Amino acid sequence: MSRSHKIFIGFALALLLTTLFFGMIASFAFLYPEVYNKYLPFYQLRPMHVSAALFWIITGATAGILHFKKDVFQAKETTSEKVFIYLWIATVVSIFIFYAFKKFGGREYWEFPPFLGIPILIAWLSLMFGYFQAWTKRTKNPPLYVWQWSTGIVFFLITFLEQNLYQIPWFRQSFLTEITIQWKSNGAMVGAWNQMIYGTALFIMTRILGDESVAISKRAFAFYFIGLTNLMLNWGHHIYNLPATSFIRHTAYAVSMTEWIIFIAICMDFRSKLSEARKFKHLIAHRFMMYAEFWVYLNLFLALLMSIPAINRYTHGTHITVAHAMGATIGINTMILLGSLGYILKVDELHESNRKMILKGLSIAKISLLVFWLALVVAGLLKGYRDVALGMTNFQEMMQPVITSLKVFSFAGISLFAGIAIICWNYFIALKKYHTPPQNILIDSAALKLVKKQKLEQVIEQI
Amino acid sequence: MYAFSDVQRKNKPSDEVTAGWKTWQEKNCQSCHQLYGLGGYMGPDLTNTASDKGKEYMRSFIRYGTGKMPNFHLNEQEVNELLAFLSWVDKSGRSKVADSLVHWTGSYRISKR
Repeated sequence: MSRSHKIFIGFALALLLTTLFFGMIASFAFLYPEVYNKYLPFYQLRPMHVSAALFWIITGATAGILHFKKDVFQAKETTSEKVFIYLWIATVVSIFIFYAFKKFGGREYWEFPPFLGIPILIAWLSLMFGYFQAWTKRTKNPPLYVWQWSTGIVFFLITFLEQNLYQIPWFRQSFLTEITIQWKSNGAMVGAWNQMIYGTALFIMTRILGDESVAISKRAFAFYFIGLTNLMLNWGHHIYNLPATSFIRHTAYAVSMTEWIIFIAICMDFRSKLSEARKFKHLIAHRFMMYAEFWVYLNLFLALLMSIPAINRYTHGTHITVAHAMGATIGINTMILLGSLGYILKVDELHESNRKMILKGLSIAKISLLVFWLALVVAGLLKGYRDVALGMTNFQEMMQPVITSLKVFSFAGISLFAGIAIICWNYFIALKKYHTPPQNILIDSAALKLVKKQKLEQVIEQI
Repeated sequence: MYAFSDVQRKNKPSDEVTAGWKTWQEKNCQSCHQLYGLGGYMGPDLTNTASDKGKEYMRSFIRYGTGKMPNFHLNEQEVNELLAFLSWVDKSGRSKVADSLVHWTGSYRISKR
């Protein structure tokens, strides 16, 4: 692993800790604004939390792709990849500096001043250049994970450009158009990074199982196309309540329902997954992957319910949406990414005490996340019921019973942070110990090859 | 497809609305408030507050803040622009979907008001 790649992985882990740290403080700023408003108001903490989460996921996903592509494409690290790594890091750090000075200007999740989108775009184009340049070396029957990585990388670019269409005045001539495009791009961007992350999960599973067939089967490709269709068309559940063209709502509703196929399929696979989990439970990366599977169940079920407009009427604009987002980003994305980074950093080769600490951290995170998620679901149900069914109009009155659930959520957030921090601490140890063959060994092996070649030539001459 | 989501496009924003929209973003109002149920949950959804509670009611909140909402020290012009923006959003439709608009298939039948 190159030095720049090591820095990039360290940066990804730091972003994960930043996400949880600011999320933890923001949850208390939400509960006690009168205490926090003077120094660290919620409107400043929230963007720090959500942007760190977003960048953790994208950084973690690309760190995996950059590492595994060397194996898959037999390609070396290129200059364009280095440009991506350092420009990406510099831009993300700059964004946090702007946040620290309360300089905003963007929109939800991307609240930084819009001009910072330019270096993000340049960095991403550099990544794409290096990735697709490497892909040209392997064009014959690429396995599914390569398609998933490529889809994710391309769709991130598309959705990122869509995100910024609002800079063109025409798109701001109608509030409905503007908000539709904003949430189309947000929704599809989640689909894009899911493609990158699921691709990495599939790649690691093929390596752990020692079986490439799962990445080339027709069934796997069929699910990929369902996922791709959903990426492009199911984002409408964000804006069901908008008086926009009905076609968007009906299409999103119909397309979302195809995900029941995936849900039923993973339910049917449950037994084989369970025996596989028992067989590989000694591998940390596998444990993370299996735990992510559990969250796929839970979150997909919730997402399917939320995709039915009649149910969405009660869940939209409530903490159930947050539960869905947290379940997806922590339960699924973060777990897969921690599995992926653990696999890259060879955490299974760490000292037994470190391995035990990682597993303890995972256990703490598991329990905390479930409590955290359930508290949000209860908060959302209460708010939805009081708002829609009871038709309450006084906001403070409506929120009163919700606060208790949010206190449970905030305390679960502290232990969640503790659990993930334990894991990250040991990952940093693994990163520090990561063994890269020293340069002189590489020279020696090159010299050895030369000597062998010369000897062979001598033998041929003698013959 | 999505670019033509608002087929009527009758209510174009004035310069005052555009300036208010900019203030909405620069002060990061979406962190705590929602428009059409999208945004943060610390404060109420403001999509239809202009017509439900009136501009003057909103003005006092924006101007001075509350125990929970910080005072952003906006000047009179910025307050007016922000109010113009929220009134413009209010005219685009209703955030809540009424019972009668839910179809038996589970979808909605909403038309632009």
